[in-house]
Amino acid sequence: MQLEVNITGKSFASAAGKRHDVLDNVTFTLNAGEVGVLFGPSGCGKSTLLRILAGLDANYQGHVTRSPGMRLGMVFQEPRLLPWRTVEENVRLAAPHVGDSTLSALFEVLELGAHRNHFPAELSLGLARRVALARAFAIEPDFLILDEPLASLDNALAGRLRDQVATLVASRKMMTLLVTHDLDDAVRLGDRLFFLSSRPARILHVETIAAPRATRGEPEIDEIKRQLSQLDLANM
Amino acid sequence: MLRLLSFTLFIATWWIASLLIGDAKLPAPPAVLSVLVAEARSGALFINLGATLARVALAFTLAMALGSAIGYLMGRVSLANRLGDPWLILLLNLPALVVIVLAYIWAGLTEVAAIAAIAINKLPTAVVTLREGARALDPALDEMATAFAFPRGRAFRHVILPQLAPYIAAAARSGLSLVWKIVLVAEYLGRPNGVGFEIGVAFQLFDIPLLLAYSLSFAAVVLVIETLLVQPFETRLTRWRLRAA
Repeated sequence: MQLEVNITGKSFASAAGKRHDVLDNVTFTLNAGEVGVLFGPSGCGKSTLLRILAGLDANYQGHVTRSPGMRLGMVFQEPRLLPWRTVEENVRLAAPHVGDSTLSALFEVLELGAHRNHFPAELSLGLARRVALARAFAIEPDFLILDEPLASLDNALAGRLRDQVATLVASRKMMTLLVTHDLDDAVRLGDRLFFLSSRPARILHVETIAAPRATRGEPEIDEIKRQLSQLDLANM
Repeated sequence: MLRLLSFTLFIATWWIASLLIGDAKLPAPPAVLSVLVAEARSGALFINLGATLARVALAFTLAMALGSAIGYLMGRVSLANRLGDPWLILLLNLPALVVIVLAYIWAGLTEVAAIAAIAINKLPTAVVTLREGARALDPALDEMATAFAFPRGRAFRHVILPQLAPYIAAAARSGLSLVWKIVLVAEYLGRPNGVGFEIGVAFQLFDIPLLLAYSLSFAAVVLVIETLLVQPFETRLTRWRLRAA
């Protein structure tokens, strides 16, 4: 499984009829078992890029080549659960073939066991995010897209959820693409970091982290972060 | 309890009014009740109520099914909306009487004409409501269903339909009350049975107890159907909403 991205441009017309360029040149390849991280300023077009990669937006220049039969799991920025279905129904609707034991294991990791029969309106944002994660993992995806899954959670909760995401990502050989604002998350979860410019977005710098995710200790993480913060990305 | 009190108050007001106005114009409750019992004994009450209910059921189902489909289409496809909009405005503002009379002229004094005329009267309100519903569908959930490759049927049943449900319930609620009103006119003008026909007879004979007996039993049927069918259905549809503690 492989994802080849070769986008040469993406623009849209605003309500006033003005043309806005959202994406410039974005070219990269992602392999199975690899976690790519898209890192860039707010509003730089990351979500637009993700929507193109997910096949939700076909209106762009260039091409994206996905392996045929690739299963996509997506965690949107907002949880996007069906409010009229319970937690378990939400997961099972997306993943009808998920086995009971797989589902239980998934709920165990994400600490959702007690919430199976709750409706999304009864959940906190953190819980709803975890349901969205469970849904994406339950379909056993070949390609996983995570759009800021840890945003607007308090530090302790975000840290716990990050560990859960790391566990789940490691449990399956798939392509993962993560969007984040947080350098710490990027360095802890990613194998390759794509630094994006502000609008229209292009890739400024690619940082490959050689050490496998599981073996990265705190000193190494701090060192990578220190080196990255010395990059003068604003003037690239 | 409160309902019972409200009902008692209604009977009391009626009784007092009948004493003030006089029996000739507004008969007292016992007089109406005895006509009601006589009609029920002879079976005429049930035959007429049954005929009216059957017409309501058929016309309502027809109008809801057709109206929902057209409304959904108009809300989703802008070409359908542009094509259908002038017709919709025409139908919305066409007086019920015109539709009924024309239906009877063109299709004869038949059951088909009556049911079609009632359905056509209700159709545009269902279309308008469902069109609003289709316009209000959440694109974020559509994207979710696409990203997770929901098959069409599953997406419709679990993503689209629950979003349309409040609109369908609103269309059913307003449509039902419209059908209750129009069915009697259609029966009055061209059917040999039904509550509307009986009220027409009572009007011509100036038989006010008979008129009231049918009107009230009809109102009672409407109330029963609303409380036993429509309201529980609405509650079920919205059970996922957070209830105030």
